[in-house]
Amino acid sequence: MTETKEAQDVVLRLSGITKRFGVLVANDAISFSLARGEVVALLGENGAGKTTLMNILFGHYTADEGTVEVFGQPLPAGLPGAALAAGVGMVHQHFTLAGNMTVLENILLGTEPLWGVGRGRAAARRRVLALSRDFGLAVHPDARVATLSVGERQRVEILKALYREARILILDEPTAVLTPQESAALFDTLRRAVAQGLSVIFISHKLHEVMAVSSRVLVLRHGRLVGEVATAETDRPQLAELMVGTEITPPAPTEARPGATLLKLKTVSTPARGNRTGLRGVDLELRAGQILGLAGVSGNGQGALADLISGLETPSAGSMELAGTEISHWSPRAALAARIGRIPEDRHRTGTIADFTLTENAVLERYAEPPVARRGWIDWSAARRAAEQVIKAYDVRCPGPETRIRLLSGGNMQKLILGRVLEAQPMIILANQPVRGLDIGAVTYVQERLIAARDAGAAVLLISEDLDEVLTLSDVVRVICEGRLSPEFPRGSKTPAELGQWMAGQGVPDAA
Amino acid sequence: MTEIVDILISASFWAAVLRIASPLIFATLGELICERAGVLNLGIEGIMVFGAFAGWMAVYAGLGLWPGVLVALLAGMAFGALHALLTVPFGLSQHVVGLGITMLATSSAYYAYRLALPEVTSPPRIDPFQPLHIPVLSDLPWLGQALFSQTALTWAAFACAALVALVLYRTPLGLAVRAAGENPQAVEAQGLSVAAIRMGAVIVGSGLMAVGGAFLTMSAFSSFFFEMVNGRGWICIALVVFGAWRPGKALLGALLFAGFDALQIRLQQTPMGQLVPYQVFLMIPCVLSILALILMSRRAEVPAALMTPFNRGER
Repeated sequence: MTETKEAQDVVLRLSGITKRFGVLVANDAISFSLARGEVVALLGENGAGKTTLMNILFGHYTADEGTVEVFGQPLPAGLPGAALAAGVGMVHQHFTLAGNMTVLENILLGTEPLWGVGRGRAAARRRVLALSRDFGLAVHPDARVATLSVGERQRVEILKALYREARILILDEPTAVLTPQESAALFDTLRRAVAQGLSVIFISHKLHEVMAVSSRVLVLRHGRLVGEVATAETDRPQLAELMVGTEITPPAPTEARPGATLLKLKTVSTPARGNRTGLRGVDLELRAGQILGLAGVSGNGQGALADLISGLETPSAGSMELAGTEISHWSPRAALAARIGRIPEDRHRTGTIADFTLTENAVLERYAEPPVARRGWIDWSAARRAAEQVIKAYDVRCPGPETRIRLLSGGNMQKLILGRVLEAQPMIILANQPVRGLDIGAVTYVQERLIAARDAGAAVLLISEDLDEVLTLSDVVRVICEGRLSPEFPRGSKTPAELGQWMAGQGVPDAA
Repeated sequence: MTEIVDILISASFWAAVLRIASPLIFATLGELICERAGVLNLGIEGIMVFGAFAGWMAVYAGLGLWPGVLVALLAGMAFGALHALLTVPFGLSQHVVGLGITMLATSSAYYAYRLALPEVTSPPRIDPFQPLHIPVLSDLPWLGQALFSQTALTWAAFACAALVALVLYRTPLGLAVRAAGENPQAVEAQGLSVAAIRMGAVIVGSGLMAVGGAFLTMSAFSSFFFEMVNGRGWICIALVVFGAWRPGKALLGALLFAGFDALQIRLQQTPMGQLVPYQVFLMIPCVLSILALILMSRRAEVPAALMTPFNRGER
């Protein structure tokens, strides 16, 4: 009797799902089931296969092996339409919305027979408004999606699923793009959904969210299901260990031994571009063997400072000195020649070229000099050796050096960039948001490498919006606000709250 | 100056504007449908040539005028199907495929013409569409001649613009087509087939292009000759941009271009035409169109996924 009841309560069952991309096994015989009104967290590092698994469930990909059952019925493979009809809704990490169309149009798309004239818009709008109200998803149905904030767009994605009466809701890294307040509102929505009998699969690599939201946690590692625990019976360290496979110890930098000043900015200003803040009379010194952490709310001139040091921007006032010599001509090439290693903020847009191979991406900054270039020709076997060296030394998980880099997860892409920068033994390292969007394992790895580079004598400028990260890594902290810099605060001299005041522009310049 | 005023108040000028605009309207709408779904169709020029030939040949072979239009439509759809196959499921470069289709369709038309009429020096004539007499309206003084002395195919062009606008903005199908051109992932995630929508749009759009070409041989003139399309397809591509990918504005653009064209033909016959080489007059509509394009297209919203192939299951 209980068994039949259990069987009825199971809304989704995945059995033996295997998916390969070339030689990479993204999912290896994964089986699990989901009960009515349950929130299951799918936890794992980047590249562990979480999104692939959900894309199979939703029909974006076809599994090489295994079956999916929804409400006891087998789900045809590879058809998002079939998944939707069976009551599966998915909120993708990269939203699938048409920006130039209204919220209502995005929700209605595909919900009516294509060859009909469509039902009345008025009735549809009323239903969307009712759903918004019931689930706490405030968004205007006639707003153009392009004008919405990221949080609002996510609400549209959830409304799309609810409008189709989804009974199973998949959320792929839903909080990656949200502010803490928006995340709280999302969790509230999820609670309401569960109260109405929906089941939720929540993909994340943020442990505190997993602990807060889920009733059960599934842990994926390297494409395998390595753990399944009730949330109430576990804790963060255990989950972290399951996820990474080894115990995690956050990096603890030793005392820095700062050396000579390598880069010096003297009252440098840069022009504001569009809605990007420029620098206003900035003095900055980067010293060998020291990590300078730059905290601040996004959009306060971090971009201008990063561009300036990378050579993409030239000062409109003030001067720059590199190891004691005034810089007269400044360009990205000059920055490279001066052995400035750059970890750019956006690894997809400026860090890599998506359709180039790992080999090509690995030598992007060194293609014109030996050993990659010989008498003006590119020596591809040397380039491949360089790439293989990076892949091996920096644990880049990939099918091989001839893979297009777009196929890599964010963490592995970042490791390749890190390797590209550090293998060139830079004098100065510009690390702009080096761990954004990475999982714990990758975060710790990147941070440890930066500390090691510092100990080897490099000057590191760490730009981050994550105050915890800045406080953990930096020997010296400065805060940027509206294009101006705070004084230098040595490690441990300011509390997060005090730095928060500086970030809000309420610091007292005279006190320092 | 008075010459221009004289031209503008003559009823025959306005009749000519509507006549010249008609093929442009058909083909512009066809291109617009393709581009709204995310596919640039540079096959337009050749498809118009083939449509002009196919419609005319069908009538010459003994079919009626409307069946002739249907033949042109189907021929255009066939080339559209080839274009769609190469650009959508195969994801080939839309530029290369489009230019290839233009060359293929143009030379196929010329080749078929030579095969069918090997001995002919001047192409035979058919009985084209005649102006449609509309009770009362066609009998109005001036207005009757200026606006209501058109063939059924011209009326069909205008009706087509209204229909395309209606479908694009008021039906689930139109919504799906527009979404396919904005973000194919959104279409896929809502359970629709991006490939089917895009291929359908290219096939239907190409059919309309061919009807635009057929207008030339079946309504404007009454026979087929080489070079008769003469770049109209390329003009239509510009008109789509000019119209900001909206059927109503594209219709206005076609009328504006036709207006310049009708004006330059008449200016050639004025005393000024004796002084200035005629090539300068031929340039006028194109130059003015470029200027209008610069002014109008600044704020145009290009379909975000135009020319972006979509491959299912790719990471």
